[in-house]
Amino acid sequence: MPELRLRINGEDHKADVAPQVSLLDVLREHLWLTGTKKGCDQGACGACTVLVDGRRIVSCLALAVQYEGREITTIEGVDHPLQEAFVRHDGLQCGYCTPGQICSAIGMLSEHAAGAPSAATEALAPEALTPAEIRERMSGNICRCGAYNGIAEAIQEVAS
Amino acid sequence: MDFLRPSTWDEALAAKAAHPDAVPIAGGTDVMVELNFDRRRPPALLDLTRVAPLTEWGTDGDLLRVGAGVSYRRIIEELGSRLPGLAMASRTVGSPQIRNRGTVGGNLGSASPAGDAHPPLLAAGALVELASVRGVRRVPVDGFFRGPKRSVLEPDELIAGFLVRPGGAQQFAKVGTRNAMVIAVCSFALSLSLETRSVGTGIGSAAPTPLRATEAEEFLSRELDWEARGPVPPSVAQRFGELVAAAASPIDDVRGTAAYRSHALSVLARRTLAWAWKGFREVGP
Ligand SMILES: Cc1cc2nc3c(=O)[nH]c(=O)nc-3n(C[C@H](O)[C@H](O)[C@H](O)COP(=O)(O)OP(=O)(O)OC[C@H]3O[C@@H](n4cnc5c(N)ncnc54)[C@H](O)[C@@H]3O)c2cc1C
Ligand code: FES
Ligand code: FES
Repeated sequence: MPELRLRINGEDHKADVAPQVSLLDVLREHLWLTGTKKGCDQGACGACTVLVDGRRIVSCLALAVQYEGREITTIEGVDHPLQEAFVRHDGLQCGYCTPGQICSAIGMLSEHAAGAPSAATEALAPEALTPAEIRERMSGNICRCGAYNGIAEAIQEVAS
Repeated sequence: MDFLRPSTWDEALAAKAAHPDAVPIAGGTDVMVELNFDRRRPPALLDLTRVAPLTEWGTDGDLLRVGAGVSYRRIIEELGSRLPGLAMASRTVGSPQIRNRGTVGGNLGSASPAGDAHPPLLAAGALVELASVRGVRRVPVDGFFRGPKRSVLEPDELIAGFLVRPGGAQQFAKVGTRNAMVIAVCSFALSLSLETRSVGTGIGSAAPTPLRATEAEEFLSRELDWEARGPVPPSVAQRFGELVAAAASPIDDVRGTAAYRSHALSVLARRTLAWAWKGFREVGP
């Protein structure tokens, strides 16, 4: 088995894993970084969202070996105003989806700041982050507890 | 399981020739689902993400050539004005996280009848570039699909990219229960070229493979008032919708009935026609 070297939250990590192992399983099962959650293991819930070089991806569908040499950020490495805002706006109930929601929202805010359009964007370049834009742009993250209103409000507050 | 990790295109082709049963992996958004659920245990994985040319795009004569490894995010952000139909379809793929990783090459590789990149590529008359150590061939995309999840790709071949003629008015629309992360009930792409006065179509999720509605294309290119760009008569739009629906061979499944799909296709066809033609009338070619 090849030795895997990953850079996570600014630190170097090593793990011996089979090549087909997902980044999510390496984080949780090999490195004990269990803040990143597994909901579906098939890309559909967003609970496993992490940032790679600042972009959000679902770590369950990421082959760990493809991420050597990249800068990976998990919830353990996040220190962002969104975290307080989620608490203030009741953006969570059980909290299982929250690490993914936060990482996803961080990625989303920087995508929007860089001018990326969404399916809700009429014009070629988006302007304000409207509630409809926030919901569309966060549509890759599901919350089983249905804390969507609080999540959207928390993101809205930090965005403006 | 072997893990093959070429860093150049030549190495990738050599690896595929030496290991024809190796499964290529690009964004992994289809392959990883199969691996995670043990639906597939290939003898080897062939990682294509280190092969730089696959992630590049540029011009090839008067065609635009896009590498197989360009993600949906980049299609949206970098090619939105050149390939508007494909960019519109890309905006609806999965979720932002999926679009950051998923590639058009992977969509072609999976060859699902519901692949959202396929209708706009069909409508634009794209060529798929396939390569192996034996050489390179360019296959018109409407000859690429062979059946559900089957294509003309040979075991020793890789998808290098696709080529399209940019320009014209393009539209894409899909029906699903929500916008994010649903497999389309059906989808439709339209491409109109003032220059060649031609019409291109692509239908998704309504037959064993994505397909063109050739009769509808011929009908519409005859009937449109290309010269004055006058309004499309309702009877023409109606007939175009019927011909698009007639080209499909939908089935009943959990996502929708065949009858619903046919009806929805004719609506999508009329709607995209109205949008695309309006674009011409407002901004010109
Ligand atoms: C939650 C979720 C939602 C999704 N929603 C949509 C959707 O709305 N619309 C849609 O169309 N798809 C959707 N998909 C499917 C998937 O994201 C797309 O098919 C995507 O385009 C696959 O690209 P990839 O780079 O991730 O492919 P991979 O998973 O890396 O590969 C897919 C297939 O193509 C082959 N392949 C990849 N690159 C090459 C190459 N260069 N040469 C030869 N073979 C190659 C692989 O061997 C594999 O068979 C969804 C998937 C998930 C998990
Ligand atoms: S666990 Fe990765 S998206 Fe659900
Ligand atoms: S807070 Fe429970 S799943 Fe979102």
